[in-house]
Order: sequence, then C-alpha cells, then structure tokens
Amino acid sequence: MEGLPAEERRLVDALRAGDESAFRALVGEYGPMMLRVARMFVSSRAVAEEVVQEAWLGVLNGIGRFEGRSSLKTWIFRILTNTAKTRAVREGRSVPFAALAGDEDDGPAVDPDRFRGPDQHFPGHWSAPPPSWTGAPEGRLLAGETLDVIEREIAKLPPAQAVVITMRDSEGFDADEVCNALDITETNQRVLLHRARSKVRRALEEYLQ
Amino acid sequence: MRLDREVTCAELVELVTAYLEDILDPDDRERVEEHLVFCDGCSNYLEQMRATIAATGRLRAEDIPAALQEKLLAAFRDWAPA
Repeated sequence: MEGLPAEERRLVDALRAGDESAFRALVGEYGPMMLRVARMFVSSRAVAEEVVQEAWLGVLNGIGRFEGRSSLKTWIFRILTNTAKTRAVREGRSVPFAALAGDEDDGPAVDPDRFRGPDQHFPGHWSAPPPSWTGAPEGRLLAGETLDVIEREIAKLPPAQAVVITMRDSEGFDADEVCNALDITETNQRVLLHRARSKVRRALEEYLQ
Repeated sequence: MRLDREVTCAELVELVTAYLEDILDPDDRERVEEHLVFCDGCSNYLEQMRATIAATGRLRAEDIPAALQEKLLAAFRDWAPA
C-alpha cells in the first residue's frame, strides 16, 4: 500500500482492525453513489440494495488482500460493478451499456434553431447566442431552487448519463476513476458526460432566463 | 478529433467537453481558443458550462436508506475481528 496517501492507508488499517467508525465513514461517503450505480444494472431498487450489501461483504472479505495498486475508492467501485453485473446476468438481464446510455434519441447539445442555417451568412454561427451569466443576480446560480433544477434534470437523464455526471461533477471522481468503476472506455465516458452536462446547462439557461 | 478549418459555433458546443477535459490535440485546441477570442456567444457558452459544472458540484448526495445502513453495520459486526 506504499502508493496510497497516508490518510487512505490509515483508513484501510482501521477497517482491517474492525474499526466501526471507519466503516461508517466509508459507507457514508460511497454508499449513496454505489446505490445509484447498482441501480443502473439491476431491475429494481430492492435488488440494487442487495447488490450494495453483497459488494460491501466483498470489500470486507477482500480488504485483507487489498494491495493499494488502485485507490480504495476505485477498488470498492470495481467490486460493486462486478457484483452488479454478476447479479444482472443471474437476473437474465444483460445490460449493454450503450442501451442504458440511450444514445439513439440524443440530439445535439444545443437546439439547431439557435444557429444560422446553411443558406444564411456565417452558417453554423449563433443566431441566438447564449447570454452571460456573470450578470445574474448574486448567488442566484447557487441558490437552492437552482440546485433543484439541476437535480430534476439529472433525474430525467438516461441512467448512465446520470451516473457519470453525478460521479464526475457532484462527487468529484476523475475521468479514470469513472472509467474504472463503470468499466467503460474513455470515449464512452466523455460522450455520456458531454450529453449530461449539455442538458443540465440547457435546463439552467431556461430557468435563469 | 481533427478539424480542417475554422470551427463554427455549432461545432464548438460539441467540442466543449473535450476542450474542458483537455484531450483535444494541440491544433484543435488552438482553433477552439482562436474562436473563443472573437466569439462572445461561445465565450458565454463556455462560461455557462463551467458555471453548470460548479453548481452541480454543490449537490448533496442523499444518504442511503436507514434500513440498508443497519444491515451493513450488522454485516460489519459479524465480520469484524472480535
């Protein structure tokens, strides 16, 4: 575990020693995201909760052998994803990630009507450019209501997009960590993130108008 | 990703994530940055995207259900070395 930050090494040691507060801290930190990720793979919330339980058992039973070649977070989410996939197969539900992502019916990031058409001057340039938000009333962007708009928009996204934007922008995972946790390619991760962010931006623009 | 000419606004909004992720090759990055210099609409768009990311970062994850939390703690106590 030499490669791990000291704080993470202490956490692993505490867990191995059976320190319940260390376990609670980890569950508090990763539990909610684990539940969301599990929910992408299986048929119901109840099954997702079982997957999370099973994954934590896997974490506990494996922590003695954890070598720290990846971060603890990445390792935990790999166990979760593998557990969820195994469960999905057992449920007779093999889930192609692309299907979850809902690629087919995703349009462009911005409504094409907002750009000049091919027969106009400067085709492809803004006809209705977005306004600056820096002039918005102080703090409006970070007000509770605005955050509700974001939450509602994320809830409407296809599950894979919702999970990727939550992991990246809300929980602070980096791109590699998301790819590892979800077992997807860099390109796939970026496309999902792009679609998700584009839609959330659009929802905010409408709301802030 | 190769762009053989000037970037349009419609193209830029599709490149913005790759730009922010810093994975555009140097030529494309330069084209995007040149475009941003003269285009207020796209500068605003980029700024909106950054603001969106920052605001999403303020969301709080909801806790896992209490019943699940209890089951996990019970499993931990079973597992923990006495």
